[in-house]
Amino acid sequence: METEGNRYKMFSRRSAMLLGGKFSLFALLAGRMYYLQVIESDQYQMLAEENRISLRLLPPPRGRVIDRFGIELANNRQNYRVVLVPEQTQTVEGTLASLERIFKIEDHQRKRILREVGRKRAFVPVTVSENLSWEQFARINVHTPDLPGILPDVGETRYYPYGAAFAHVVGYVGAVNEAEINDDPMLQLPGFRIGKTGVEQVYEKELRGVAGNSQIEVNAVGRAIRELNRQDGQAGTDVELTLDAELQNFATERLGDESGAAVVMDIFNGDILAMCSTPAYDPNDFNIGLSAKDWGGLLSNPKTPLINKAITGQYPPGSTFKIAVALAALESGVVQADHKVTCYGKMRLGRHDFHCWKRYGHGEMDMISAIAHSCDIYFYDIARKVGIEKIGEYARMLGMGSPLGLMLSGEKPGLIPTPEWKMALQGVRWQTGETLIAGIGQGFVLSTPLQLAVMTARVANGGYAVMPRLTRTVAAPEDLDLEDIPPAINPDPLDISAASLAVVQEGMNRVSNHKRGTAFAARIREKGMELAGKTGTAQVRRISRAERQDRVRKNEEKQWIERDHALFVAFAPVDAPRYAISVLIEHGGSGSKAAAPIARDIMHETQKRDPSRRLNPSVKPSHDKPVKA
Amino acid sequence: MSDFSMRDGKMALSQKLLELNWLLVLVLCTVAGIGFAMLYSGSNGNLDPWASRQMIRFGIGLGAMFVVALIDIRIWLQFAYPIYFIALVLLTSVEFVGTVGMGAQRWVDLGVFQLQPSEVMKIALVLALARYFHARNLEDIHSVRALIIPVIMVIVPAGLVLMQPDLGTALLLVMGSAMVFFTAGVRMRVFGISLVAGLAAIPVGWQFLHAYQKKRVLVFLDPESDPLGSGYHIMQSKIALGSGGVFGKGFMEGTQSHLNFLPEMQTDFIFTMLAEETGLVGGVGLLFLYAVIIAYGMGIGVQSRHHFGRLVALGVTATFSLYVIINIAMVMGLLPVVGVPLPLVSYGGTAMMTLMIGFGLILSVYIHRELVIPKRYTGLN
Repeated sequence: METEGNRYKMFSRRSAMLLGGKFSLFALLAGRMYYLQVIESDQYQMLAEENRISLRLLPPPRGRVIDRFGIELANNRQNYRVVLVPEQTQTVEGTLASLERIFKIEDHQRKRILREVGRKRAFVPVTVSENLSWEQFARINVHTPDLPGILPDVGETRYYPYGAAFAHVVGYVGAVNEAEINDDPMLQLPGFRIGKTGVEQVYEKELRGVAGNSQIEVNAVGRAIRELNRQDGQAGTDVELTLDAELQNFATERLGDESGAAVVMDIFNGDILAMCSTPAYDPNDFNIGLSAKDWGGLLSNPKTPLINKAITGQYPPGSTFKIAVALAALESGVVQADHKVTCYGKMRLGRHDFHCWKRYGHGEMDMISAIAHSCDIYFYDIARKVGIEKIGEYARMLGMGSPLGLMLSGEKPGLIPTPEWKMALQGVRWQTGETLIAGIGQGFVLSTPLQLAVMTARVANGGYAVMPRLTRTVAAPEDLDLEDIPPAINPDPLDISAASLAVVQEGMNRVSNHKRGTAFAARIREKGMELAGKTGTAQVRRISRAERQDRVRKNEEKQWIERDHALFVAFAPVDAPRYAISVLIEHGGSGSKAAAPIARDIMHETQKRDPSRRLNPSVKPSHDKPVKA
Repeated sequence: MSDFSMRDGKMALSQKLLELNWLLVLVLCTVAGIGFAMLYSGSNGNLDPWASRQMIRFGIGLGAMFVVALIDIRIWLQFAYPIYFIALVLLTSVEFVGTVGMGAQRWVDLGVFQLQPSEVMKIALVLALARYFHARNLEDIHSVRALIIPVIMVIVPAGLVLMQPDLGTALLLVMGSAMVFFTAGVRMRVFGISLVAGLAAIPVGWQFLHAYQKKRVLVFLDPESDPLGSGYHIMQSKIALGSGGVFGKGFMEGTQSHLNFLPEMQTDFIFTMLAEETGLVGGVGLLFLYAVIIAYGMGIGVQSRHHFGRLVALGVTATFSLYVIINIAMVMGLLPVVGVPLPLVSYGGTAMMTLMIGFGLILSVYIHRELVIPKRYTGLN
């Protein structure tokens, strides 16, 4: 068997070679395994984890905004909506067709739905329609067996129960834009709403809370399998405002169609009880979606509904400024309260005539009667004596000329002019005539309704630098930052003597409660609730000589846009002051006719609602129909 | 050494049973058992749908293996060519009659079961080649003329399979046959020339590849280029495997496989699942078991006194080892994805059956290793 032996040897030898070759390949494989499973193991473990763990954010419910009695001004309402899950339908078109039989779907809606279905995975729900009414929602719910793939769902949207009355103060929420994105991952969630204006914006962080997260194990197509871990976040904190919702509603209703503002505040602790600006808009519209036409309407409305006039509107204070001028004069020692001026209706300075609003003059005036009758000549006189710098100093002491720190966006500082300011701005020297005009609150002087209320409060509370506030505290857990802690309840005393204040207060008292006071017709008659105020009429445009010749003198005869603004400030009750108010009516014509009656009604209501007045807590204040002057 | 008549060559059944290499059977069952465990894990703790079926198939396969083993080896020798021709006919006919399935393998639905002619051909080719070389002297083989017939015997079925188009099986046929040629004694330089020719033919052959096959090769060379497509499988396989570490994540705890990140985990990528769950330890362990089987197969070949037996044992073992190497290399990113299952472990009926019949032949060789069979064998008397 020689060949047998040969080929046997050949076979054995070569088999051995093959076996060796195979084993070396095996060793190679084992080596590769070692490489992957030992050397590169960490990297692969990390990739494996990345594969399978998906982090889902759990946004907490947004904190509410509530008034001082707990009434909700902004809350989260259930949003009834319908979603479509493509993989649960037989065909998407089929289900949509069935749905259209009971629920209208617009063409562009349909297109959007189909587009999203194409883009997303089959198990991801696509929103069909949101903000359904209860009937629509109920109807769809009844038909769900015939609508495969249609899921009724309840989400949450922000809702403002009182709508327009709080639009400016509370503000609204809207979609996040690029400038607002920061580290907070919640801002990247689709459809997330962030505060845009008002309290919603200022206290955004507290209202938003902290997102929780849940670690979900997912499979290769992203479908959730199970939850691995969950970290609860923190619910948004409620923000409690000092506003009295029912009072604000009353005031807004009382302002009616006028373009104006009203501010009511506590003179000791600075609580703002009401801050109204009319006309306004319904912030709920921003959630549902505003048509371009409606938005354009808001923008072009000459009564500027989008602006919070209480803090953004800057107006010449008119005769209300006389309060500051009087205090400046008394404190500087230039004049005493018994300083007398005889008013003939006009006064000459240089080449100009300066007129009093009363054509033929008031006769002899002292400080208190000058305030009560709002005599312009008197105040031209003392203004000239005191000088614009002193006037400015005391105006600033009373809170004018700079923002009052409410942090609401749009707050304007007003303007208290100085010679330096004028030189810097116009390069021209200050004229004495401008001091005279400033003395009656015209010319360059500008203030906001809030500043006028604060001025009145500081006068009424005995000369303390009270600062207005919208919240007392925001109840926050320890690890959230508290922005701007509200100012102390014990404000610093101003450098104004009690005697001077008493003079001004008496003057204001006579404005309202003496027969010849400019606002006597708008006084509160109820005993113990009397108010003391000051009228103001701010010229928008000087009555030209030509018009005077044409006998167009009266405001009522002018176009609305050219009529003077009407202002009124007051504090109450006179015998133990507690509240201050300022009311502005744009182009109202006359402070006493347009603004004072509104202020009276609001002040009356404010005092009626005062808990310290009620002996029997179960007796609610009566809601009399407001009496128009 | 067993004592029975060399000349007569007939053994009693009971003797044959005793002669069976029970150790090899044991290792085969162990590997199959590992397969069952992996399929159980892959179904998240269910015998259905894979483990139970596989067990049944393995049972049937075991039965077939014993039957084949107990049949006299000389019968296989006698029927080698006829079997080959039948396989060839089936392979040809399926081109026209068969249905295309997964992995582009065609089969014929015979009602009771599905027959894949390419699988039959794997065994048939080994038998036919072994038969051919058994009848030749070593000197004969050194001449090129003698090689023409066996080469044709390989190329024709390989070509038919390639047309299916099943590149993987075609390559297996060719490589397995090459190993038989090698151990049969074909000159080394023939191999050298063929290798060179083969390499030279690659650019030409490249044109003939289907688009998806080309893509597979390209993606193999750079898996990152197609991370969501074919590159995805390899990347996921490496991630799953690598994240297993030395000791694995634990039985049934393979996150990647269970969360569907790993595709085809019951077939092509079952080794990955094993490596993920049992780590380096498990992977090398299975490799070791395979090495044992291969060593046994080769050893049996060397122990056979007749050439036919040697070549059959070698041929089957070589094919088996190719499966193992290609599959494991593929799941680790060392070779392009070619759809070769891991023998005895991957879920799949036909491949299992082929393998068991192949091992049956090896065992038959072992039982009848003492036989002397002349070159020109005419049949049992």
